Amino acid sequence: MPQIMKKMIDDPNAPYGEHIEDQNILLTTLDKLLNWARSGSVWPFTFGLACCAIEMMATGAPKFDLDRFGAGVFRATPRQADLMIVAGTVTIKMATRIERLFAQMPEPKYVISMGACATNGGPYWQHGYHVLKGVDRVIPVDVYVPGCPPRPEALIEGIMLLQKKMSQERWVTQKYSKAQKA
Amino acid sequence: MDTNQIHSRLEKKFGSAIIALEEVKADPYIEVSADKIFDICKYLHEDSELLFDSLVCLSGVHYLPTHKRANGVVVEKPLFEIVYHFFSYSHKHKLTMKAVVSLDDPKIQSVEKIWKGAQWLERETYDMFGIKFIGNSDLRRILCPDDWEGWPLKKDYVTQEMYKHMRVPM
Repeated sequence: MPQIMKKMIDDPNAPYGEHIEDQNILLTTLDKLLNWARSGSVWPFTFGLACCAIEMMATGAPKFDLDRFGAGVFRATPRQADLMIVAGTVTIKMATRIERLFAQMPEPKYVISMGACATNGGPYWQHGYHVLKGVDRVIPVDVYVPGCPPRPEALIEGIMLLQKKMSQERWVTQKYSKAQKA
Repeated sequence: MDTNQIHSRLEKKFGSAIIALEEVKADPYIEVSADKIFDICKYLHEDSELLFDSLVCLSGVHYLPTHKRANGVVVEKPLFEIVYHFFSYSHKHKLTMKAVVSLDDPKIQSVEKIWKGAQWLERETYDMFGIKFIGNSDLRRILCPDDWEGWPLKKDYVTQEMYKHMRVPM
């Protein structure tokens, strides 16, 4: 370690500007930096299918304030969204549209299955001929939020779980190690 | 005007096309012949003392064999019943009317020319039961996908295994 840097770290009495924290230096990995940025600004897709959507709106509204978690910027187009919250009953007619909307979202993209209906058909499990028994039959789901409908706190926990998942990903490392192997 | 009075007016006008009057307290109804449905509806809509200007609902029922009709006849064959609910905003009275069509060839005249809103109601009844409404300007499925198989509200309906690449049953 260079002498100047050692001084910056070790000497608490160094004058202002010479200590490492005064230099605005942050040492981290690129993955961690990217994940910090990504998980702190999850943009969900404005997209509701049934009563769960009402809870999702409540989650976004001031009382529960999804913006505290950086996830309150609901985008009205799939092309600007990172997260699809499937909030409600997925009918088979709608499932074809969901597939298309999911395909229109840019990578990396995430899906939260909100509520019983989106997770496995919910009350339509047995006799709902028109309901897809789980949105994971057509698109990959990252987090399942149980409830009928889930309370806003539950959805917030789901989003926090997703943020945890996002912060554990290693996109740069993976790409680098793949390039190394090739 | 209550259902009894309307029934006697209709009977005077249409005779044997008016089949029965069921005087249950909650929801009395008149059963009419399916062949004359358009003329009867036109009369209900245009007669100055009836003036049913609103078709509240048009729906269907699938009856299994051996049930008793309003006129006391016990039916041995399954059948479709088409139920009309009318309301008159001018006279503030309402009416329930039913017509029966067979299961083998379910068709009835459309009342779209009388109440424009019947178009979607008839489409829904077609979607659920496969009853054809002759004269409907655009008789397609309204809720299910266009290429859906079968008629969901029929009692013998079996859900299809696959729709496109999606598994339908649980």
